[in-house]
Amino acid sequence: MPKHYQLSALEATRQIRNQELSCEEYILSIFERINKTEVKVRAFVTLLREQAIEKAKEVDNLVKKQEKLSLLSGVPIAIKDVICTNGVRTTCSSRMLKDFVPPYDATVVNKLNSAGAIIVGKTNMDEFAMGSTTETSFFGPTRNPWNLDKVPGGSSGGSAAAVIAEDVPLALGSDTGGSVRCPASYCSVVGLKPTYGLVSRYGLISYANSLEQIGPFARTVEDCALLLSIISGHDDRDSTSVNLPSKDYVSLLKSEDETNRLRIGVPHEFFGEGVDNDVKDTVWEAISKLESLGCTYDEVSIPSVSYALAAYYIIAMSEASSNLARYDGLRYGFRQEKDEGDWATVYAKNRKEGFGAEVRRRIILGTYALSAGYYDQYYLKALKVRTVLRRDFERAFKEFDVLVGPTMPLLPFNIGEKIDDPLTLYMCDVLTVPANLTGYPAMSVPCGFKNDLPVGMQIIGKSFNEETILRVAHLFEQSTDFHLRRPRL
Amino acid sequence: MKNQITREEVENIAWLAHIELTEEEKKIFTEQFNKILDFFKKINEVDTEHVPPTYHVLDISNVERQDEVGESLPQTETLKNAPKKEDGFFKSPRIV
Repeated sequence: MPKHYQLSALEATRQIRNQELSCEEYILSIFERINKTEVKVRAFVTLLREQAIEKAKEVDNLVKKQEKLSLLSGVPIAIKDVICTNGVRTTCSSRMLKDFVPPYDATVVNKLNSAGAIIVGKTNMDEFAMGSTTETSFFGPTRNPWNLDKVPGGSSGGSAAAVIAEDVPLALGSDTGGSVRCPASYCSVVGLKPTYGLVSRYGLISYANSLEQIGPFARTVEDCALLLSIISGHDDRDSTSVNLPSKDYVSLLKSEDETNRLRIGVPHEFFGEGVDNDVKDTVWEAISKLESLGCTYDEVSIPSVSYALAAYYIIAMSEASSNLARYDGLRYGFRQEKDEGDWATVYAKNRKEGFGAEVRRRIILGTYALSAGYYDQYYLKALKVRTVLRRDFERAFKEFDVLVGPTMPLLPFNIGEKIDDPLTLYMCDVLTVPANLTGYPAMSVPCGFKNDLPVGMQIIGKSFNEETILRVAHLFEQSTDFHLRRPRL
Repeated sequence: MKNQITREEVENIAWLAHIELTEEEKKIFTEQFNKILDFFKKINEVDTEHVPPTYHVLDISNVERQDEVGESLPQTETLKNAPKKEDGFFKSPRIV
């Protein structure tokens, strides 16, 4: 029999509902597990043991009184520390916000609370979500549970690591250029970036607002679909939130009749130079598997993908320079004890001490790309390339239902291996940024192992058509066992 | 397009962004920025004549709501995260 902490979210909430499992006992087993793994993995910035146990007792009381439970009643979840939680510090893994306690909840947190979920902690990340390894955290790196010397991916590395370490069945991350899909691939979990506008960004601390979405992590596609159903939906407090009828993605998984006739496009550019041969082979095997299950595939070319990475970094850095201008150390955030000099000097010192090197690099380069004389050459040009990329993807989606390729070009690498060379590290995002620039939904699913390290397959779908990529992922998952494997911790 | 960004330009942009840099950082950032900007220039290969920019991907603009008075945070809550405060105000460094 599986241990309590190993249960999927759907199974846990079912057992609690049927009084087969006490929620308090379940949450205690979760914290026991976290105690055991956390010394090795370091996935969390803040743990909320006492308040989680209190909430579990409330759930048990509801069950006893036979009151109606919600979809996620009693299910523990970890939240990336870029998403605001009322009364619980939200640090962005930065010295700048290390003591910041938001006076309000993000919309997704409200939705989780209403659905009965129990927040057990806030997870580690790259500082302000800028990175692909979780190494730029002010609190130190998170380690990959499959091999503690390797990076877990980033920027939502803590969330993905916590899910595969069996600390929690569910977690939330945010994805600006791959920050959900990259750690999902490196930790062998399911991670999804929704279509831009599907999930409210209210209470998500901004890095590059035209690119980012909050997204779910889980160990199964079904759990991922469940969490997506809960966090998606229109919100008046986010002007870029789209008003569409809500969907139950779990039941949509089950109407699979057409799934095995889906047309899969395989972009050449996703298997180009710089992509590791082991990764290519593993993903091709996965595509053959989908073919054997009835899907058809064909190769396609999306030439502008080669320019996506440069366009992405110009746009993301430009938006970052504007979004992070608010951190002056006056109303909240890090402020130096000594306030000598004029306002501008104090401001510049607070930002020097409060931000790490990568955050400062991106703010300064973004300021450059937006400055007079360079605006047209960098920022405006990148926005035009973004249009070309969208047109190329639209063309491909006329022929295909989904596009499939690797999530990451490389297998997980060593902690410390690339951190001193920013450009080399940026290259790791080459296959994930196109979905952010175009807004399309994309997910990573476990599709194999090489040298005992996980490989993820990326599935990109049409706008607001999350159910299709989830179905492809589900079809694959149901006839493979990669999602059942666990690291030894 | 100019090929190199100089140390003086890095100093100037950092000042515009209100970020102080150490001497060592000025040197390292200048080298790194040159490599990164070189890479950015790759986008010049794309023909974007008559192509409009995409600022964001959604087909919505000017989202409006009724201008109604809602609840605001109380002053104590608002000041809670301020590193320095005095008499119910945020305390800023000297401005003039």
